[in-house]
Amino acid sequence: MSAGIVTAAYIAASVLFILALGGLSNQEKAKRAVWFGIVGMGIAVFATIFGPGVGGWSYLVLIPLMGVGAFLGATVAKRVEMTEMPELVAALHSFVGLAAVFIGLNSDIAGTHGLTGAEVAIHEVEIFLGVFIGAITFTGSIVAYGKLAGKIDGKALILPARHALNAGGAILSLILLTMYMGGSGSWTLYLMMFIAFAVGAHLVAAIGGADMPVVVSMLNSYSGWAAAATGFLLGNDLLIVTGALVGSSGAILSYIMCKAMNRSFISVILGGFGGATGPAMEIEGEMVATDAATVAAQLEDASSVIIVPGYGMAVAQAQQSVSELTRRLRAKGKNVRFGIHPVAGRLPGHMNVLLAEAKVPYDIVLEMDEINDDFPETDVVMIIGSNDIVNPAAQEDPNSPIAGMPVLEVWKAKTVIVSKRGQGTGYSGIENPLFFKENSRMLYGDAKASLDQLLGFIS
Amino acid sequence: MRIGTPKEIYPGETRVAMTPASAVELQKLGYECVIEKGAGVASRFSDQDYKDAGVKVVATGAALYKAVDIVAKVRPPEDIEVKRLRTGQTLVSFFYPAQNEALMDAANKKGAHVIAMDMVPRISRAQKMDALSSMANIAGYRAVTEAANSFGRFFTGQITAAGKVPPAKILVVGAGVAGLAAIGAAQSMGAMVFAFDVRPEVAEQIESMGAEFVFLEFEEEQQDGAASGGYAAPSSPIFREKQLEKFRELAPEIDIVITTALIPGRDAPKLWLKDMVGAMKPGSVIVDLAAERGGNCDLTVADEKIVTDNGVTIIGYTDLPARMAAQSSTLYATNIRHMMTDLTPNKDGKLKHDMKDDVIRGATATHKGKITFPPPPPKIQAIAVQQPKAPEKTADEIKAEEAAATLKAGKQQTQLLVVGGLVMLLIGAYAPASFMQHFIVFALSCFIGFQVIWKVSHALHTPLMAITNAISGIIILGALLQIGGHGFIVTVLAGISILIATINIVGGFMVTRRMLQMFQKS
Repeated sequence: MSAGIVTAAYIAASVLFILALGGLSNQEKAKRAVWFGIVGMGIAVFATIFGPGVGGWSYLVLIPLMGVGAFLGATVAKRVEMTEMPELVAALHSFVGLAAVFIGLNSDIAGTHGLTGAEVAIHEVEIFLGVFIGAITFTGSIVAYGKLAGKIDGKALILPARHALNAGGAILSLILLTMYMGGSGSWTLYLMMFIAFAVGAHLVAAIGGADMPVVVSMLNSYSGWAAAATGFLLGNDLLIVTGALVGSSGAILSYIMCKAMNRSFISVILGGFGGATGPAMEIEGEMVATDAATVAAQLEDASSVIIVPGYGMAVAQAQQSVSELTRRLRAKGKNVRFGIHPVAGRLPGHMNVLLAEAKVPYDIVLEMDEINDDFPETDVVMIIGSNDIVNPAAQEDPNSPIAGMPVLEVWKAKTVIVSKRGQGTGYSGIENPLFFKENSRMLYGDAKASLDQLLGFIS
Repeated sequence: MRIGTPKEIYPGETRVAMTPASAVELQKLGYECVIEKGAGVASRFSDQDYKDAGVKVVATGAALYKAVDIVAKVRPPEDIEVKRLRTGQTLVSFFYPAQNEALMDAANKKGAHVIAMDMVPRISRAQKMDALSSMANIAGYRAVTEAANSFGRFFTGQITAAGKVPPAKILVVGAGVAGLAAIGAAQSMGAMVFAFDVRPEVAEQIESMGAEFVFLEFEEEQQDGAASGGYAAPSSPIFREKQLEKFRELAPEIDIVITTALIPGRDAPKLWLKDMVGAMKPGSVIVDLAAERGGNCDLTVADEKIVTDNGVTIIGYTDLPARMAAQSSTLYATNIRHMMTDLTPNKDGKLKHDMKDDVIRGATATHKGKITFPPPPPKIQAIAVQQPKAPEKTADEIKAEEAAATLKAGKQQTQLLVVGGLVMLLIGAYAPASFMQHFIVFALSCFIGFQVIWKVSHALHTPLMAITNAISGIIILGALLQIGGHGFIVTVLAGISILIATINIVGGFMVTRRMLQMFQKS
């Protein structure tokens, strides 16, 4: 296969990738769009393997390796639970990061033959950058995976002088870069790689639970930039195109997540919630507990119901019960809908996937902006395992750490049922005045257990 | 424990505090229920009905008081009933402790705990036991039917073969629970309903019931019902003048007036004066729900229906709820049952008199030999304090703001483009041509990426991440190109890269497909 044909194949693959991403604009198109991606990838890999760069005995190595990789990938994809999607995504990011590191190291070993002057300098910067981004992506993703899978403590790890540590790592890497370009040898690259490993791990370790959607989309973005840097390194335009697409995709997701929390990207990445600017507003009232029988009666009387799920639903694996409840209420002719906050769960769009898996039709699952105006006309709102995203303090208390964050205005509904494990505060540690409102009722207990009990009263 | 209900001995009282249905619920709370023979007859509940519901029937009131730990009744106890109370016994009934101090003292001396149903605070949580509201609701409804009974014409406007009938015009003064119930009943009978209240915040409720709110042209700051627990407070003399002027203007047109204006702890304000009655058409009807407290109308005679010289009927009945005994008993018994539910948190048939609970504390008049009336103000306000509304922006202001925002966005975009252009120039000045070619591809791809990703539906963000995961496995190309040469280490590293990138590609695409298959339309 000639170089020209390979390039043509790359153009085709680029176009197919763009179509694949563009197709995600709606659910029905998306089912077709994923095939564009698969075909594009097939063309690209096929053209490369049988193109001019690869030959001889290497087939003996790469074909079995790809076979094993495909088998492992397929197994994981089949087995993974939808609640584990955040972990899977994080793990896959780490692979891209590690591959980028290895390819960068290989390029260093291969040397800079055939390049002159500025081209050498640029090549060296590219190697350095590729390894740097790849390394941060790799360890960052591993830590993120560990946190999401519950293998390491999800709380933010706050080291003293942590900002200085990160900045020091970056400056040191810059110094090593100049030394590397000055011909000090490959050890500078290896040292920088370890520094980047440490920075990546530390960066993500300092960010806690509910900020994970931002972290995961940020790592998504990094994995794209790592691929793009590798593309520059190898002079491969398809890698550049794909890397840029993935990188900008992750960047936009991070932006949307930050916007939904009313925080700047920097403040999320630097970790921890901003401190309160004054004393929190006094909360008046008391939490009133309720029981499944009462909730069932209220649901029977309601004509419109909105369910607001959060991470707690995923933790309790309650989505099937939620779906069953939805089905029964809809069978009674009630208008049941879901309100999804952009940062609900641990991954952008996580709740949508969980509900889809539990066979909740997607056309009743609405975004925050689509449903926020409907709360005043709603009879019952059920809050299942969410907290900060329904906190009225965001609008009512200018001193609250989450002041100004867009939230679902559930308290405007006639009755709010909160299914919650206990009386504690949410991830952010902020007291939620919603629970103290006159029209709120607390349904204590594990979300799944509560819902199953509730289903006993609703036929 | 045992809970029992005696027959009401107040003359004309037809209600009963326990119904067969409420008794079933009380038994679920663990109580044994007892009732005096014939207590429910006036409300159409026979002794047999009670027996069928598992209630024990005793022959006399005295026997009942002896048999039970909790007495639930409607009216405040008469002297003879107070004598029957004993130490440690709980009495749940209307009590009006503010007006009945002597009675409260007597009950306290007997050592009884008194829970006054009329003192339940007006907070949302306590609505289910707010017996005053239940009774007011019935009174409002009954006021309309009483008026219709005495009114010689249709309520609804009709055009018949025999000619046109104009609709009756009804004015409801005071839009509390009774007023709103009256508005609802009159509205559903087809009358034209006007309503007035001194609290402007109820205008919305009035209009939501389909009635027309009678506005006063008035500058003074109007009163805020939230400060007085949702009740009206006395109005200023100037306000009162304006109000009477308005009523005087309306009087000749109005066919039926229903007045419900009461201020807690005071005599009813006089709002419908003699001259207004004089100005009304013959055949008009006034129903005065405030008759018990002196009446809103000058001419009202409590407990009687009178006809004035100019043919206006004035109804001053004070027992409207008792005139609908079956309905009143059902609602009141339910209120009592809810009160007992709150008093029995463990559902074990044992009374737990929790004086820390706002509702129970508020309703308790005597407890353990002490008079606990008046209660401290509840921790929660009945109604949220009214927020002064921000002045609405005029169309011009909105336009100006929009223009400023557009200008600002435009400026930002221009700045961004200029800065971006300068950076490009800088790179172009130093970087070699081969790099710039790739850089064009990179910049355009970022641009396309941004355009495409913004259109992705929020619901598909997780599949988006999975598919970008899969396609970022394209990094396999780098490893494929490296595996052939430059020694063992390179081959090993490239080999590992190929392996994990393949996992990424296959795993990513398959999991994306799996997820997308799950999205089903209803």
